[in-house]
Amino acid sequence: MSFFNKIFVGSVLLILGFSTVSLADESAKLVVEGQPMITRVKAPSHMENVDEIRSGWTFRIKETQSLQMDDFENPGMIFVDKGLDLWNKVEGSKNKACASCHDDASEFKGLRTVMPRWNESANALWSLEDHVNNCRTEQMGAEPLKWGAAPMDSLIAVISLQSRGMPMNVKIDGAVAPLWEIGKELFYTRVGQLDMACSNCHEDNYGIMIRADHLSQGQINGFPAYRLKNAKLNSIHARFKGCMKNIRATPYKVGGDEFRALELYVASRGNGLSSEAPSVRN
Amino acid sequence: MINSIKNVIVILFGLLYLQTAHAEIAPSEIIADEYGAVTASLTGVPGDPANGRKVFMNRKQGNCLACHVNSEMSEQTFHGEVGPVLDGVADRWTQAEIRGMIINSKNVFEGTIMPAFYKDSGFTRTLKKFQGKTILKAQQVEDVVAYLLTLKE
Ligand code: HEC
Ligand code: HEC
Ligand code: HEC
Repeated sequence: MSFFNKIFVGSVLLILGFSTVSLADESAKLVVEGQPMITRVKAPSHMENVDEIRSGWTFRIKETQSLQMDDFENPGMIFVDKGLDLWNKVEGSKNKACASCHDDASEFKGLRTVMPRWNESANALWSLEDHVNNCRTEQMGAEPLKWGAAPMDSLIAVISLQSRGMPMNVKIDGAVAPLWEIGKELFYTRVGQLDMACSNCHEDNYGIMIRADHLSQGQINGFPAYRLKNAKLNSIHARFKGCMKNIRATPYKVGGDEFRALELYVASRGNGLSSEAPSVRN
Repeated sequence: MINSIKNVIVILFGLLYLQTAHAEIAPSEIIADEYGAVTASLTGVPGDPANGRKVFMNRKQGNCLACHVNSEMSEQTFHGEVGPVLDGVADRWTQAEIRGMIINSKNVFEGTIMPAFYKDSGFTRTLKKFQGKTILKAQQVEDVVAYLLTLKE
């Protein structure tokens, strides 16, 4: 492509991008590979200030929306394939692969929709990452994988994909209730030099443009999410971290107690929306 | 000899620096009225509207365009809509009110999402590199005030 052609295409894209931002079809229906997704639904009763919850997909421009509708176009699926390779890879002192015991990931259908949840034997709130690492260390004799790094995110994508289309249904009572309260508190606490809470953007101002970004409700039903911005899968905690840094706040630790509690709370705000992983976002 | 001249020069510059630094009102010394308005200039140096315009759109400085539509900058592609349109803002507010809003909008609009641009303490978990710092420097605040005062309808 010649230099001038590049400039030409670039500016056409810019103009397209701009006009479709304002024309984003907010009532569009998400159907992935023929399967309809719930992207808008009545908010769960524990949400005090929002009537309708909406998937982040409904806020994206048409071009981004359509990428998620076809698995051949969804760049997140490349990482699912990498995850499947890993699924079959023998590792650790016990010479096992995930596939040695879970030959087909489809046995995990529905698991994504209830995570994070309380784990009795560990006496702790577990995210999907904990299951993966527990099996690696206890069942395989392998090193745990790093939270938010590519191998972990692609395995999580394989597991999450099994629940695609099923509504999120995270439990918030019982043993997790106090942690849910902590997560809620974090969601409404202002932090950083910009002195903002998650709620200032994702509850008070969703549907509104913040410079070039169309603010969503900050839902995590699509995670891990492929982002056009960094061309890879992004974990839930990595996304939280990014938002905190943008408001010039010191992020909590990825995989740490605060983000686990926040994950529980934010996941529960999406109860009723389909799990979409791997979703496509900008 | 050369060394002592150097020393004198260093001391002179030091004094000059101290003096200019002293002329600035620190965030802790700001006097705002009960509606958050601040009458006194932060620097005593008149604001430069041309530079204020730059600070206004710069994403790492004011980034005011993240939240405000401003028709005077229609050449800029993306204008946020979190706050009110700023066209004609100088017809609605006085210089002291605008200065107060930029220094600390929370004194003017309770519970607002708009950041305080000249405040250096009282935050939670600020990233290390921004700790003890204000978002805008004193003169940048004055420059933005001067720029906003040009927005008349
Ligand atoms: C040696 C057999 C073995 C291997 C290898 C193994 N697992 Fe497991 N896995 C289990 C057993 C047994 C359980 C149920 C008990 C438990 O949670 O520890 C389990 C549970 C799980 C669960 C939770 C299921 C649920 O519904 O609660 C997930 C997710 C999981 N494994 C993923 C993996 C992944 C990913 C790998 C590869 C990194 C892996 N496992 C490797 C035996 C294994
Ligand atoms: C200054 C505004 C702002 C604040 C404060 C903020 N975010 Fe975000 N967040 C954004 C923007 C902009 C995006 C990208 C567009 C969108 O999905 O809203 C985003 C995206 C997200 C997403 C991805 C949503 C999706 O569907 O892919 C999640 C999850 C999220 N934020 C969570 C949080 C959490 C949790 C907090 C508090 C720790 C937070 N955000 C604070 C602006 C903010
Ligand atoms: C995160 C979003 C945000 C940013 C960034 C922001 N503002 Fe605001 N601003 C607001 C909101 C919201 C209001 C309305 C006050 C309220 O909260 O009720 C406001 C109000 C104002 C007003 C009063 C407008 C009127 O006509 O009543 C002025 C002036 C103003 N802002 C200037 C600025 C300037 C200058 C900057 C950059 C240095 C800036 N704002 C950055 C959100 C923002």
